[in-house]
Amino acid sequence: MSGYNFAYLDEDTKRMIRRAILKGLAVPGYQVPFASREMPMPYGWGTGGVQVSAAVLVPEDVMKVIDQGADDTTNAVSIRAFFQKTAQVAVTEATGEATLIQTRHRIPERPLTEDQILVYQVPIPEPLRFLEPRETETRKMHALAEYGLMHVKLYEDIARHGEIATSYAYPVKVADRYVMDPSPIPKFDNPKLESAAIQLFGAGREQRIYALPPWTPAVSLDFEDHPFEARKAPGCCGICGAEDSYLDEVILDDAGGRMFVCSDTDYCRSRVAAAEDAA
Amino acid sequence: MNPAADGSHFSGGFGDPGRDAARAFRVIMTVLARPGEIGELGMVSAPAPLSPAQAGLILTLCDTGTPLHLAGPADCAPVRDWVRFHTGAPLAAAGDAEFAVGTWADLKPLDRYRIGTPDYPDRSVTLFAELPGLDATDAVLTGPGIRDSARLSLPDIALLQDNAMLFPLGIDIFFTCGTALAGLPRSTRIEAEG
Repeated sequence: MSGYNFAYLDEDTKRMIRRAILKGLAVPGYQVPFASREMPMPYGWGTGGVQVSAAVLVPEDVMKVIDQGADDTTNAVSIRAFFQKTAQVAVTEATGEATLIQTRHRIPERPLTEDQILVYQVPIPEPLRFLEPRETETRKMHALAEYGLMHVKLYEDIARHGEIATSYAYPVKVADRYVMDPSPIPKFDNPKLESAAIQLFGAGREQRIYALPPWTPAVSLDFEDHPFEARKAPGCCGICGAEDSYLDEVILDDAGGRMFVCSDTDYCRSRVAAAEDAA
Repeated sequence: MNPAADGSHFSGGFGDPGRDAARAFRVIMTVLARPGEIGELGMVSAPAPLSPAQAGLILTLCDTGTPLHLAGPADCAPVRDWVRFHTGAPLAAAGDAEFAVGTWADLKPLDRYRIGTPDYPDRSVTLFAELPGLDATDAVLTGPGIRDSARLSLPDIALLQDNAMLFPLGIDIFFTCGTALAGLPRSTRIEAEG
């Protein structure tokens, strides 16, 4: 597309975002402030992830975009089309073929490799925000590594529900220092945060970037007598039969009919294709 | 006349700034995310004594918003003109700099640079330090970005261990040698041997 710089953003903006990404990688889990730009899509549609992707993309990349695991939802389709148009990059729906994956609220089931980069869209980057609304206070809490309040919150879960009821955006402690919000991924995905891939988190409205270098320890907070448990709906996928993937519930009719299917559409499709090949 | 070919301070920049800077940044990001890995950054050049990798770091990361410190012989008229023409970065004293460039020997001592504050550990310097050699031997590295352990031929290990002790504060360093480039974030733990 003529009239636009490569990957939409101007070079000054990309340099500013790139510097923030480097600080994020050097201090894993720390939220680096950055001067988020207005993007041609509303806040809440992944403007943070889009800006990080634009700063990281190279012309040789093969890009995949998922929304809750699916390649074919509105958000994923429009962001994929945006980068096809502004960066002329190749796109794919196959997790294994992608070099850069932008995601909203899921980590692909297929383990990522060291040749891949995962970019998260983050709505609220501050894990302590719902416990302490003042930025001045949460900043001090991070500076002092004062995370007792988060444990109180998890304890109150147990007191009220008999277990830790937090099921998504489950906080992790990164490299034994910063408590980080892994974005609203289901806690089923938390163990996958320790990955071979570089993971970058962008929050556009809140103007924060943070990062996990490969293999950085990201420990889900818990208690000795209530250990962390990666949980999903019981049962298997109604299409491919997978028992190890995160499941979405789909309502089929007005009579209470329902089924569970893989949230990761590429994982489901590749399992179905493999089963057909074998048959 | 093609200004890129006359060897003056106009030369040495990216041929295709948008795409080339993106490729250069990918190398820079990868080596910082994976300490011990050595990347190649040779697509641009700056006047002596700067190396191609240092030139690539400056053109990819520096602009009018980032005070740059030129250490030792790097603080010469050709380099100053080249930096001003290509980036517009204000030249600064070591204590005010967001980036500093020179040989490792000229960049020392480290205690004159900003290391960030407990509230804002990102308000710290990043060094572009040229070494006589750079390979995956000697010092043993562990920490974020490293699966088990990695090796890198680091100088002044005691000094770098002191910097790592400051985490989450501290200095991040890109070591360069010609077109070779390696990253050493403050999060990396360093052992002399293993």
